[in-house]
Amino acid sequence: MSFLVDSIIMFTSQVLFFGFGWLFFMRQLFKDYEVRQYIVQVVFSITFAFSCTMFELIIFEILGALSSNSRYFHWKLNLYVILLVLIFVVPFYIGYFVVSNIRLLQRQKLLFACMVWFTFMYFFWKLGDPFPILSPKHGILSIEQLISRVGVIGVTLMALLSGFGAVNCPYTYMSYFLRNVTDSDILALERRLLQTMDMIVSKKKRIAMTRRQMYQRGEDQNKQTGLWGMIKSVTSTQTGSENLSLIQQEVDALEELSRQLFLETVELQATKERIEYSKTFQGKYFNFLGYFFSIYCVWKIFMATINIVFDRVGKTDPVTRGIEITVNYLGIQFDFFYAISSNKSSNVIVLVLAQIMGMYFVSSVLLMRMSMPLEYRSIVTEVLGELQFNFYHRWFDVIFLVSALSSILFLYLAHKQAPEKQMAL
Amino acid sequence: MASLDRVKVLVLGDSGVGKSSLVHLLCQNQVLGNPSWTVGCSVDVRVQDYKEGTPEEKTYYIELWDVGGSLGSASSIKSTRAVFYNSVNGIMLVHDLTNKKSSQNLYRWSLEALSKDSSPTRVIVSNGDYDREQFAENSVPLLLIGTKFDQIAETKRTEVLTRTAFLSEDFNAEEINLDCTNPRYLAAGTSNAVKLSRFFDKRRDISQETRVR
Repeated sequence: MSFLVDSIIMFTSQVLFFGFGWLFFMRQLFKDYEVRQYIVQVVFSITFAFSCTMFELIIFEILGALSSNSRYFHWKLNLYVILLVLIFVVPFYIGYFVVSNIRLLQRQKLLFACMVWFTFMYFFWKLGDPFPILSPKHGILSIEQLISRVGVIGVTLMALLSGFGAVNCPYTYMSYFLRNVTDSDILALERRLLQTMDMIVSKKKRIAMTRRQMYQRGEDQNKQTGLWGMIKSVTSTQTGSENLSLIQQEVDALEELSRQLFLETVELQATKERIEYSKTFQGKYFNFLGYFFSIYCVWKIFMATINIVFDRVGKTDPVTRGIEITVNYLGIQFDFFYAISSNKSSNVIVLVLAQIMGMYFVSSVLLMRMSMPLEYRSIVTEVLGELQFNFYHRWFDVIFLVSALSSILFLYLAHKQAPEKQMAL
Repeated sequence: MASLDRVKVLVLGDSGVGKSSLVHLLCQNQVLGNPSWTVGCSVDVRVQDYKEGTPEEKTYYIELWDVGGSLGSASSIKSTRAVFYNSVNGIMLVHDLTNKKSSQNLYRWSLEALSKDSSPTRVIVSNGDYDREQFAENSVPLLLIGTKFDQIAETKRTEVLTRTAFLSEDFNAEEINLDCTNPRYLAAGTSNAVKLSRFFDKRRDISQETRVR
């Protein structure tokens, strides 16, 4: 009886999550596009729903909400479904949509999509070899195998993004890093941009006129035959086409310049807006948070280094810190997705997002196990089998450190380059 | 060639509708082989014969300013884009016939260009519920262009064409539906070509008038 009740509760919550995922898809991700293939939306919402349900189950576990039998059952069910989706459904559709974007392979879409999927499965399997995940007791297609691989990928992704977010967040929020931009700077740059556009226009007019004259003269030439005609045509078109290619080269260079100027102007405008924002109360608040957060992030990086150097498995959970950083960072991530998405690739982008999200959640569950007190660990261990949890923590620390350091380097270089460009103007 | 005055026409529309292909087709009379993202603004010129075939025939240039980007861009990008909207003689609004949202977004695009405002949120558009008076008093003429005409199935053509007819009424503009990969649509003598030259000639008339005054 209680099992039925529990199942109904689980099911309704799943439906709720599904609806939420659907809405999110419509409002945020596909705001500017038209949904042509609903399957993408469905897959995305399903992944979202099951990922959220997993978290919900952990919470129930801690709260002791539903009866333990039904919890166990739902755990298993949920895990199987999400693994199925992450390993079979989503990669297949990603392959399918990528293939349908390439014009050459239009004919045998399905065949090529299957081929892509098989390649994915091959690499997925190979992933297991260098890592200490395989334990000889279990068979090939057991759930431990699949989870361990998904876990590795997910943990890597999480660590990468956490590392980058840990460095990027304070950089964005702290006004210390903001360069001083005045209105006159922006105006001067805009004027240069317009001047460049005018130069491009005048050169293109010359090209168009020359080409037109050549075309008209060419028509006249066709009437003239014989030696004179040939010599005349050779000499006149020679100079004409030489001039043309020269001007065309100038135009290409100017167009490149105009693009650069445009991007620089955009950056200056963005900086100016950030300066203005930092003067408001909200801005000051975030600035303060930024300082705080940066100290926190530095401490985390420090801890990660210590863990690795002294070969210690972190007692504090990497998951909560990972979640904090990535939750703050998720907003920035979506901007990145908007920037790189276009009409054609929007389906692929969303599916990739769903895949990443699913793997995130699975690996979070893995990592969370460490942070839970002993009595709750049991069910997770039961369901997930004998995975080497310590390995995951170590792996997370390593990747986190690498990612944080490389993003510091990257941001430093980018920061250095910008004021140099300013000087050059 | 003396007396070549400036006629500046903006080409606006969502990302990926085919503005660059369109501009290339109009100016080079060739199909664009490898379209890529437009960063900032790309300009091209078209040589047009004013009042072609009449004794007053004169050749002049039309500058087609193809402004790239999307409506959801950051405000820094929008304010930089506004630089290109100065002293415009005409606007070509481009939308993708296979994508309804791109047609709806045209209202916001025209507002952005006409008001030179970086946050055109004064009018909330939802399927034609907008303020037509705003357009009635604006003097910059519009031309509506629908692309990817070839990608619409035969059965859906009438439905799409009625929709675009409503749009052109709203904008009080002419409309042209074509496929940018096929120069046949703009060949001399087609109704499309006639509409196009009429539009450009009108722009020149207006620009001449404002100069004389």
